[in-house]
Amino acid sequence: MPFDRNVNSPTYLTPVPGTPTAGTPAAGPSPASSISNRGAISLTGITRIFAGTVPAVDGIDLNIEAGEFFTLLGPSGCGKTTLLRMIAGFEAPDKGRILISGREMQDVPAHKRAVNTVFQSYALFPHLNVADNIGFGLRMRGVKGAERGRRVNDIMELLQIAQFARRNAAQLSGGQRQRVALARALVNEPEVVLLDEPLSALDAKLRNELQVELMRMQKRLKMTFVFVTHDQHEALVMSDRIGVMSKGKLQQVGPVLDVYEKPRNVFVAEFLGLSNIWPIQNLGSGVVEMPLGKLQISASIGAERLAMIRPEKIWIYNDSQRPEDRPNIFRGVVREAIYMGASTQYRIEVAGGHFVLALDTNNISAERSWQPGEAVAVELKPHNIMLIES
Amino acid sequence: MSVTTAEKTAVQTESRARAFRLWVTAGPGLFWIILFLLIPSAVLLGIAFMSSNDYGSPTMPLTTQPFQQVAGYSLLGWDDGNIIIFLRSLEQAGIATVVTALLAYPIVFFIMTRPESVRPLLMLFIVLPSWTNQVVRTYAWLELLGPNAPLTWVAHMLGLVPPDLGIAPGGFAVTTGLAYNYLPYMIVPLYASAERLDWTLVEAGRDLYASGFRLFWHSVFPQTVPGLLSGVIFVAIPAFGDYVVPQLLGGDRALMIGSLIANQFTETPDWPYGAALTLIMLVFTGAGLVAFRVLSRKLGGSGEATI
Repeated sequence: MPFDRNVNSPTYLTPVPGTPTAGTPAAGPSPASSISNRGAISLTGITRIFAGTVPAVDGIDLNIEAGEFFTLLGPSGCGKTTLLRMIAGFEAPDKGRILISGREMQDVPAHKRAVNTVFQSYALFPHLNVADNIGFGLRMRGVKGAERGRRVNDIMELLQIAQFARRNAAQLSGGQRQRVALARALVNEPEVVLLDEPLSALDAKLRNELQVELMRMQKRLKMTFVFVTHDQHEALVMSDRIGVMSKGKLQQVGPVLDVYEKPRNVFVAEFLGLSNIWPIQNLGSGVVEMPLGKLQISASIGAERLAMIRPEKIWIYNDSQRPEDRPNIFRGVVREAIYMGASTQYRIEVAGGHFVLALDTNNISAERSWQPGEAVAVELKPHNIMLIES
Repeated sequence: MSVTTAEKTAVQTESRARAFRLWVTAGPGLFWIILFLLIPSAVLLGIAFMSSNDYGSPTMPLTTQPFQQVAGYSLLGWDDGNIIIFLRSLEQAGIATVVTALLAYPIVFFIMTRPESVRPLLMLFIVLPSWTNQVVRTYAWLELLGPNAPLTWVAHMLGLVPPDLGIAPGGFAVTTGLAYNYLPYMIVPLYASAERLDWTLVEAGRDLYASGFRLFWHSVFPQTVPGLLSGVIFVAIPAFGDYVVPQLLGGDRALMIGSLIANQFTETPDWPYGAALTLIMLVFTGAGLVAFRVLSRKLGGSGEATI
C-alpha cells in the first residue's frame, strides 16, 4: 500500500473565492512583479458561455503556483480545454480575471502573452523545417540569427532532436513531433507552458516514456506547466497538483495523493480510479450503518452521506483464516476474478447480496489467489474508509 | 483434358471481360480526345505548313512561310509587331493574375469567416456572373469605361486620360476586363484550399507572438499556396489567349494574341498564318505549364497545384 503513509497529508487545497494565495497580488496589474511569482497563475470567477448553451467554464477560481506541474483532469466536454485556451489567450472569458505572473491578462491578446502552448495536434508549420519551427517564436520576437541559432540548438540538444534539425515536420514520427512541439514552446522561456493533451496521439509505451520525460523536464526547468488530460493515470504520474473538472466546474483541487486518496465527492472518486461507495448513516462514536452492516471509521463524521474505499485497500483472507479480533470484517464468496497482470481484481458477494470490489497485488510472496466460488472474508480497515459527498 | 479446356475457356472469358470493361470505361474519354484534340491538332499542324491562296485558304505546296510570318518576317522585311503583341499578351495576363490574386484573398477570407450556412450562397454570388455570356459582361464594362461613362469623367478630372478619349479602349480597360472576367477562377480554387485551412496553425502562430500580416504570411498563406497555384493557372492561361476582352475594350493599340489569331480567320484571312500562330501559342503555353509545375514542386506545392 504505497499511499498509506500519506493518508494524513494536508486537507483539500481548493481555493476559496477572494482569498488569493501568498505571492499573488490580490488586485490590479503590478509591473514590478517579483521573480518569485514569475509563472504563477491566478484565476478568479472565470466564466465562458458559448452562444446559447450552458457555461463551458463556470466561475472557476484557481491559483497555480510558480514552477508547478498542474494538471486539469476531466472527461471530454468538461471545460478543461476551454479554460486552457483562455489562459493562452485564444478565448476571452465572459467574466473573471486572469493574472499571470501577477499581471492582469484577460484582455491581452495571445501574441503578447509570455505563455506558449503545446497543441494536441502539435500544429507544426508544414512549410518550415524542425529548426525553423522551433526558432519561430524567437524570430517573431526579433531575436537575431546567431543568438537564435544558439538557443534553438541548445533546446534541440536538451530534447535530443538535434539530428532532425533540417528535416520537415512531415518526415518525423509522432514522438519526435511531440518533442519538436515541446521544444518550440520551451525555447521561448515562457512564464507558463500550456499542454493540451499532447500525448494522446501516441501509443501506450511511448506515452509512458514521455510522461516521465516531460515531468523530469519540468522539474529541471522549473517552469510552470499546465497540462490538460482526460487520462487519470497520466495526471497521477506527472502532476504536483491536479484540478478535477466536471461540467465547467472544479470538483477538487489538490496534490495528487490527496485527490486520489481523499476524493471529495463521487465524481472525483470514480474518475480517478476504481472505488467502493456505499450510503451511510451515522450511529455516533465513530460507527456508521451501511448496507454491509456496521462499520467503524477513523475519519470524523461531518455532513457526508457516503463512504468510499479504494479496492486496493481491501484485505482478503481465506474464510477459515479470517481475524476474529478486528472490526469491519465481512464474510463473502468470490464471484469474479479478473487477472490483470500486476494485480487481480475480485468481485466478492457479501451478506445481503451486496458486492465488494477488491484488488490484490500479484507480488512474489503472495502465492495466493482466489477462484470464483471460494469462501473468503474482506477487511475494510477504519483508516482506509473515506467519507465523501454525493 | 476436359478440365484444362474448361480452365482455358474460363481464362479467355475473364480476359475478354476485362478488355470489355476497359473499353467501356476508357472508351468515351478516348473517343473525346481523338475527336476533339488529336484530329483538330493534326489538321492545325497540317495547315500551318501550307501555303495561302488569294482568299487566305490553305493550299499546296508545303512551306515554312507561316512560321516566318509569326516571327515577324514578311515581304516588307522584319517587323516587331508580333513580338510586341506577344509580350503585351504576357504582360496583360500577368497583371490580371496578380490583380485577381490580390482581390481573391480578402474576398475568400471574408467568405471563410462568415457562418457556415451563408458561405455557399456567397460563393454562388461569386460564380453567378460567369454563367452569363462573357461578351455581355464585357460590354457592360464598355458602358462604365467608355468615352462618356462616369468612371471616364473621374479619370478626366484626375487628368489620367486625355479629355477626348475614354478609359476604354485602352490597355488599362483590358486589364480591368481580364481581372473581372477571371476573378472567379482565382477565388474558387483559393476558397477550396482555404476551406481546409488548419486553424490550429493560426493559433500556433498567435501563440508564438505573430500577429497581423506576419501571422497571415507564416500561418495562413503557406496553407493556401496549392489553391493559389491552381488559380494562377486557371487565370493566366485563358487570359493570355483571351479574345473577347481585348477585342471589345482594347482597340488597335491594345491588340492581344487572341485577336491577332482571330483576324487571320475573319477580317484578313490567312489560315496557314493563323494556324502557325495558334501552334506557337500552344507551345509557349505548354512550356509555361511545365516550367510552372517545376517551380511549384520546388515551392512545396502538392500535385493538385498544377491542374
